[in-house]
Amino acid sequence: MSILGTRVLRTEDPKFLTTGGVYTEDVVDERLGGAYHVTFVRSPIAHARITSVDVSAALEAPGVVAVITGADLAELPAIPPAAAGLINPAMEQRLLATDKVRYVGDAVAAVVTEHPYQGEDAVELVQVDYDPLPAVLGYDPEDSSLLFEAAGTNVGGYWGDPSQLKADLFDGCEVVVSHTIVNQRVAPAPMETRAAAAVWADNGRLTAWIPNQGAQGTKAEMATRLGVEASQIRIITPDVGGAFGAKFGADPEHVVVAWIARHLGRPARWTETRYENLIAMTHGRAQQHTVTIGGSRDGNVQAYRLEIVQDAGAYPRIGAVLPMLTILMTTGPYDIPKAEAIAKVVVTNTTPIGAYRGAGRPEATAALERAIDLFATEIGVDPADVRRKNLLAPFTEPHRTAFGALYDTGDYVVALDKALAAADYPALRKEQAERRASGSVRQLGIGVASYVEITGMGDGEGTPPEENATVEVHPDGTATILTGTSPHGQGHATAWAMLASDELGIPVEKITLKWGDTDLIPEGGGTGGSRSLQQGGAAVQQAAQELIEVAKQRAAAELEASAADLVFDKTRSAFNVAGDPEASVPLTQLAENERLVIRTVFSQPGATFPFGTHVAVTEVDTETGKVTLQRVITVDDAGVVLNPLLAEGQRHGGIGQGAAQAFLEEVVYDADGNPLTASFADYPIVSATEVPSYELADMATPTSYNPLGAKGIGEAGSIGSTPAVQNSVIDAVAHLGVRHIDMPVSSRRVWEAIRAAQQEHGPRAGSEHS
Amino acid sequence: MTRIELTVNGEKRSDDVEPRLLLVHYLRDVLGLRAANVGCDTTSCGACTVLLDGKSVKSCTVLAVQAAGHEVVTAEGLSSGGQLHPVQAAFRQEHGLQCGFCTPGMVMAAVGLLSENPHPTEEQVRTGLEGNLCRCTGYHNIVRAVLAAADASSGGGDQPGRNPASAEVTA
Repeated sequence: MSILGTRVLRTEDPKFLTTGGVYTEDVVDERLGGAYHVTFVRSPIAHARITSVDVSAALEAPGVVAVITGADLAELPAIPPAAAGLINPAMEQRLLATDKVRYVGDAVAAVVTEHPYQGEDAVELVQVDYDPLPAVLGYDPEDSSLLFEAAGTNVGGYWGDPSQLKADLFDGCEVVVSHTIVNQRVAPAPMETRAAAAVWADNGRLTAWIPNQGAQGTKAEMATRLGVEASQIRIITPDVGGAFGAKFGADPEHVVVAWIARHLGRPARWTETRYENLIAMTHGRAQQHTVTIGGSRDGNVQAYRLEIVQDAGAYPRIGAVLPMLTILMTTGPYDIPKAEAIAKVVVTNTTPIGAYRGAGRPEATAALERAIDLFATEIGVDPADVRRKNLLAPFTEPHRTAFGALYDTGDYVVALDKALAAADYPALRKEQAERRASGSVRQLGIGVASYVEITGMGDGEGTPPEENATVEVHPDGTATILTGTSPHGQGHATAWAMLASDELGIPVEKITLKWGDTDLIPEGGGTGGSRSLQQGGAAVQQAAQELIEVAKQRAAAELEASAADLVFDKTRSAFNVAGDPEASVPLTQLAENERLVIRTVFSQPGATFPFGTHVAVTEVDTETGKVTLQRVITVDDAGVVLNPLLAEGQRHGGIGQGAAQAFLEEVVYDADGNPLTASFADYPIVSATEVPSYELADMATPTSYNPLGAKGIGEAGSIGSTPAVQNSVIDAVAHLGVRHIDMPVSSRRVWEAIRAAQQEHGPRAGSEHS
Repeated sequence: MTRIELTVNGEKRSDDVEPRLLLVHYLRDVLGLRAANVGCDTTSCGACTVLLDGKSVKSCTVLAVQAAGHEVVTAEGLSSGGQLHPVQAAFRQEHGLQCGFCTPGMVMAAVGLLSENPHPTEEQVRTGLEGNLCRCTGYHNIVRAVLAAADASSGGGDQPGRNPASAEVTA
């Protein structure tokens, strides 16, 4: 029986549970002996000109070796904005700020000390004089205070052409509803903060340990920033304590640490504090949506428009690219005859925006699912019925949307109905009606969100998505896999071993996975965009199959038989001659004779599109606004599941993070651009008490794009749960006249929304004390 | 520098430390016990949780000098003889960890919780672990793991300790 599809426990766990993972700060390596520690001096002001930087007092402090400022790094090129050709090229970033600071947390200098505690002390002594400028915040930043004078505007650029929006898009619609909603800024907040350890060898070659999502991409970016050949850089990925999209590439701090190690001729290390992590690691989301939806009174959606403003933060990084993905997924799982979407990218005096679990797709789903609910409420039809009426019919041949996305396979109505059945939707509506009728203080909310998302997309420039893998069988009966993916919690060591084991007949626990060392694995796409299993896993299976074919030829020679007469016995990991069980040669023998290793590249015809429906049940106290998340029921169809244990874990994590955005988490700034959520005491990161156990229903519609039949599952949970929970809370108070509450739908916002509705509509049944 | 003497994972230790040295940094940097991690600056995340005289504490908020004369147990000291502690075994069985960064602290918090309340409800587990943050699991499988560990130990009836029935460390 195949091991595939079974709940194999993780082989990586015993280490994590006992001695703990070896994260970058844990790395002990003789090359790092005597390493200096780097501590960054960060701007306490959102927007200011730097008039002087005086490092003399800091240099006198105990243990201080050097203080590096932007002037010292003048030789290094500035970082251009992402989305070249689309974003204003003047919006570039220096590795350390020189003329201006543009957000609280912008790095101005780096203090180098013998010990880390000395750095904490000495940063206080670096005297930076700032000439404050008005802080630019929000989704409509005026040009009165420019972040980049050379750009002449705070608008970075546009995805799509606003002048092409059709004035007659909603002609013929009986009902048109429009609303402006905010998909708020949140912090990825991986439990392991950012870090680096760097050393240059005598031959002028850099070795750097950096927590990342793809060492090869980190190496390429490091080479560009340092202006050295990529061959001169080796990136090693230690265990990584979570990433969620925010650990791709090389951040400015990583580059500065590497530069310092070369400049001072000693290894250098850096681990950021949580305070730094919450103000200087990229944030996620930060989009404003104006949704307009139109259709017939009986529930047919006929037209939809999505106008996006992306707050890219102070420097346009990946955040400037996110609207491309949002626009691509505008119409989601629905068959909407007319739809259009555009985006404006603006810069503000806030932390730069990057990828965060879903990266552009949760935003599309949140906007659309809110729009569907607004429309359903307006026409007085059950929101589940409106969804069923407009979902695309099942398809097995790829479906091209008006926005260019090519959905591989989908069966959206079944996903919706499975989720509704698992939730016992009619019973929930009945209970809700009873509570409304009784005027209970504790009202029940039921939120539904259907989604389709894109996983495993290529580089966006037409190259098919691909990944490489190397499989080697050793004479001692063990095997090694090299992968271009980069696990940081997903369980690749177990999952990739399952795939190889299934082909090679070698037990999972005898298979070792290696990743993230660019000298060992020079090429690879890393882990992000839920790409790893469908491409990296498929490559492992393909490599193992090719290895068996090569081994079969060698076995034929060894056994003096025709390869066609050989069968591979997985229970013994050996080739037998058919009909002659005595004539047998094991893989180990073949590996003993000659190295048995195969490297291959798996190429996928395109991206895959997982889909599903989430149902969230909340209880809302109408007197206090308090929201209690009671249930989350989900169908997440990501094709064929390799290891249900791991797939469920990915869903759980996504559901938790997505729900947290809906009703808890938000990065907040005051009017001057000061961050108010710069610690875990202030940022309301979700804890175990705020979420329930999740209820998962199974559905698996295979894709034909890879032999595993698998789509991505890493981000789906966060894409469905956010609008389901938000819709649920609004649904709980909809009968009081509330139509929308922005995320996070906190107690205060719910209470304010109820009060506002009462003032507009007068008190209704259900708001009265009972 | 101040001289401290304490017991860590059953071994007597004696070291000169700076008075402001945090217990977590003493464990990590002086003793090389790096399972406990630092995940925040505000005693919020619990990644550094260890047992101090059998009670779970956040070692980022204890000075090394305060641990003098006391007994500290870290995740490294929980398993023995190649056997996972029942709580560790339950975390593996229930897939209660992903990236692993919060895990040593989460496990120690769970051990502390079960020693005070050997048969908690789901709600009590959630409340008991409120001070330990995990960004990967959505807490679902962590809660299941703690409940499973409580179930597993209910037969023996001893307080959490080394259990010969636990799974082997090797995969």
